[in-house]
Amino acid sequence: MSSSPKIAAPGLLPGRVNWLKYAAPQAFYPVAGRLVPWFVAAALALGSAGLAVGFLVAPTDRQQGDAYRIIFLHVPAAWLSMVIYVAMAFWSALSLVLNTRLSAMMARALAPTGALFTFLALWTGALWGRPTWGAWWVWDARLTSELLLLFLYVGFMALQSSIDDPVRGDKAGAVIALVGSINVPVIYFSVQWWNTLHQGASISLRAAPTMATTMLTGMLLTTLALWAYAAAVVLVRLRAIILERERGAAWVAALTDVAEGVR
Amino acid sequence: MNWHSLGEFVAMGGYAPYVWGSVAMTAACLVGEVLALQARRRAILTLIAALRVPPAKGRA
Repeated sequence: MSSSPKIAAPGLLPGRVNWLKYAAPQAFYPVAGRLVPWFVAAALALGSAGLAVGFLVAPTDRQQGDAYRIIFLHVPAAWLSMVIYVAMAFWSALSLVLNTRLSAMMARALAPTGALFTFLALWTGALWGRPTWGAWWVWDARLTSELLLLFLYVGFMALQSSIDDPVRGDKAGAVIALVGSINVPVIYFSVQWWNTLHQGASISLRAAPTMATTMLTGMLLTTLALWAYAAAVVLVRLRAIILERERGAAWVAALTDVAEGVR
Repeated sequence: MNWHSLGEFVAMGGYAPYVWGSVAMTAACLVGEVLALQARRRAILTLIAALRVPPAKGRA
């Protein structure tokens, strides 16, 4: 392909795309806007399919009865709560090292959705724990470290919103996000490291699934659905943050969605 | 299909409050987040529109 002309359309030859270009909020703003409808569509399609499989097709569990169906919300929420934290720490690290504004905005955009999923993991966990363990809450390693995750998210958001200077707020938040990232492996491995009421990992790359195929399918579908949902809302929030930060810039004033969005 | 009637489905084998309590809170949180985000976007767009210099005659 070395003979191909250099004027090839960008995007067709990934190696030639200048990805750094998208580190500029102005360049990423329209890209994010174009991605959102796809993630929304994916979330709706995968979510309907996952809930149909989980609530209509999957059989009743022999031990837990139908209480186990909480798994189709609980496990995806818990996974996402950790994945979003890792993403937040990643963008925070990038913003500290490279001093890129968009990375810090991305970290800010991820936090509320991560906190929401952490809360949902705790809420659905309590509603699952009550009928199966006989307790809404126990102070064991898995539950306590997940609660700590919620506090880390809330601390990150509170700290950033308490600092008026956005750049200083970005830096302070990034430090919290990075220090707190030590908690993520603790959550994940807590069921192996300590005695706990919480059951072990639902799926593992090294062992055959211990769940019925329909249960596993439903769980993976709702996980992908929540993943797509998270991507959509985080991108929408990122776009709002970009506008809030750059509201004085000429490119923002020239946007056509300003007129459309206000209506 | 596991269910023989809508009532059976709603009852969730006796675990209705737990199962539907999880579903309801998840739905409420997601809907709430989407509504809050729409309001946030509208607010910043309104602000930007207000900041805009009113288009003068000679302005492109």
